[in-house]
Amino acid sequence: MAESNRSGEVEVLGVTKRFGETVAIQDLSLTIPHGSYCCLLGPSGCGKTTILRMIAGHETPTTGDVRIGGESVIGLPQVRRGTAMMFQSYALFPHRSVLDNVAFALKMRGAGLAERHAKARELITKVQLEKFADRLPAQLSGGQQQRVALARALITNPRVLLLDEPLSALDEYLRLRMRGELRRVQKELGITFIHVTHTQLEAIAVADTVVVMAHGHIEQAASARDIFIAPRNAYVARFVGGQNVLSGTVESAMNGTAAVAAENGARFAFPVGDVRPLRGSKLWGSIRRDRIALEKMPPGSKPPGGLNTVAGEVHTIENQGSYVKVTLDLPHNEEFVAHLLDETFFANPLDIGDRVVARWSASDIKLLDDGPVAHEPAPAATAVATAG
Amino acid sequence: MQSADSRRPWTFYAYAAFFTLFVLFLYGPMTVIYILSFQGPSGGMTFPMNGVSLHWFDALFSQSRVGDIAGSFTRSIGLAAVVAVVTVVVSVVAGLGFRRRFRGSVFAFYLAIASLIMPGLFVGLGIALTFRLLGLQTDWLTSGLGAQLTWTLPFGLLIMFAVLGRFNRSYEEAATDLGATSWQRLREVTLPMLLPGIIGVALFGFTLSYDELARTSLTAGSKNTLPLEIWAMTTNVTSPALYAVGAVTTVVSFVVIILALTSIAAIQRRRALGARRATLTSTE
Repeated sequence: MAESNRSGEVEVLGVTKRFGETVAIQDLSLTIPHGSYCCLLGPSGCGKTTILRMIAGHETPTTGDVRIGGESVIGLPQVRRGTAMMFQSYALFPHRSVLDNVAFALKMRGAGLAERHAKARELITKVQLEKFADRLPAQLSGGQQQRVALARALITNPRVLLLDEPLSALDEYLRLRMRGELRRVQKELGITFIHVTHTQLEAIAVADTVVVMAHGHIEQAASARDIFIAPRNAYVARFVGGQNVLSGTVESAMNGTAAVAAENGARFAFPVGDVRPLRGSKLWGSIRRDRIALEKMPPGSKPPGGLNTVAGEVHTIENQGSYVKVTLDLPHNEEFVAHLLDETFFANPLDIGDRVVARWSASDIKLLDDGPVAHEPAPAATAVATAG
Repeated sequence: MQSADSRRPWTFYAYAAFFTLFVLFLYGPMTVIYILSFQGPSGGMTFPMNGVSLHWFDALFSQSRVGDIAGSFTRSIGLAAVVAVVTVVVSVVAGLGFRRRFRGSVFAFYLAIASLIMPGLFVGLGIALTFRLLGLQTDWLTSGLGAQLTWTLPFGLLIMFAVLGRFNRSYEEAATDLGATSWQRLREVTLPMLLPGIIGVALFGFTLSYDELARTSLTAGSKNTLPLEIWAMTTNVTSPALYAVGAVTTVVSFVVIILALTSIAAIQRRRALGARRATLTSTE
């Protein structure tokens, strides 16, 4: 496995993909290290599946290069790429038994019946489907079908496994179980997994690296933890969730802190580091939903004007078990959500329609990249398209 | 039950009445013909039955009395089989080919299916005239076959479009992904999965050909197919032998349909059986 040509490092270099007039991918570059679990995350139509299909060889980039283990794979047949793909609906051959589905790749290579069945049984055992080897796919549950698809893809000893929305066909319970299972298999095999999903928590749960995409380019590529706690821009903060996005106009800036006035009159302190934002320029920041305290306002009282507070009305309350999700209606503001620990919430329960003040500490605000300031150089893995 | 009946809308009764009429018009006259085909040797073409016999079926196969029924029947079955095979091969290949958009594919498609709206008699006439211009003899297996294919191929192509429209390309991509060459993919995945639809195309090709009159009438040459023979008989045969022909041809049509349906069912049963065997072993 030490040979360079077995390395599962995947490089997408300056790739553009057009379908007729439509630009699906625009000048995108991405490096996925060997043996890592990478999730491509984005809404439908953002180009994440197109990237996967170009790595698999089911699509060819219009311009740019795709390399696996350091070698360009453009024009190479699927088998010589060392990739295997798990399709969204699994694409198990309905007229073949589980055993023959798993053994298919070996049959195509001309392996004898005994040899390919022996190898297939080995993999079927690995995914714990020994009892179902002679069944047809239609006779299996969704979770079992997914495991057959996994075994079928792994029989070729791929260096890169490509998974196209592998969990979307499962119900909630199985989805949670199988995503842990996928992560375990990846660790065990030590090969590169590239997993396409539109579910934020799924990406964060399984991946080493999460690549958030929009409109054919990368918004942020970072560790799952950073994607969640330190989104780069408002798009990522909103899409990944877990954050409230705040914005306002700079009133003054000193000692690494900018005072920002929002349209609705609220005032925030944004940590800006070394950057000196101009007075009157617009800044965006994010604040984690679980770093917010809520306080009920006595009826008729005026909202306090201090920094880092907003006042609003409770719009919805959802008990999530270990925490309670409270959504506020703020004037001139997008959705504002606080996650309160269940103990905190039930010590002073709120009701829909209550007027509340939300507070947080200035140090919990992260400055976002959307404003005219704070141009950090993009990390090597990321290339944000300049257009749009 | 009564309350359920009382809640039925008037459209239910309208449809029921229409369906009853449909069944009467379709099967009523046919039933009369089948009964009259068992007319006694001295019976006529109308009721009453003058005894019951197989006399008129026997008469069918003595060429001198009612024309060349046996010969035309053999020709029709043979021709229908050839038409079915050609229709299947061409429709499947064309259907798979049309999945790729190529230059002029839309034009080619409309060109192909336009023959469905051309009057069949004129298609036959045109082919016969062309053969004469080229100095060729019209014959059921050359000009007749060609004329019938102008009718069955567009049908076959349309059926394949419907079949392939529901066929998910990711099965083929999965096969490619697992190292199948394009031939292996076709043989191991695409064709087996399309098989029920392909049998449908064959069935259509066969019955359309077996039934064809308009296009065949001027292109069959000196030897008749069965529909042509029957057509000729209606004008000059005045015995219940005509009814016997109707009864025999209907039986053949049913046999063909039953064969096709059972082969489709057999494919599905084989899959289900394999599955049941697996279920039994897995519950041990």
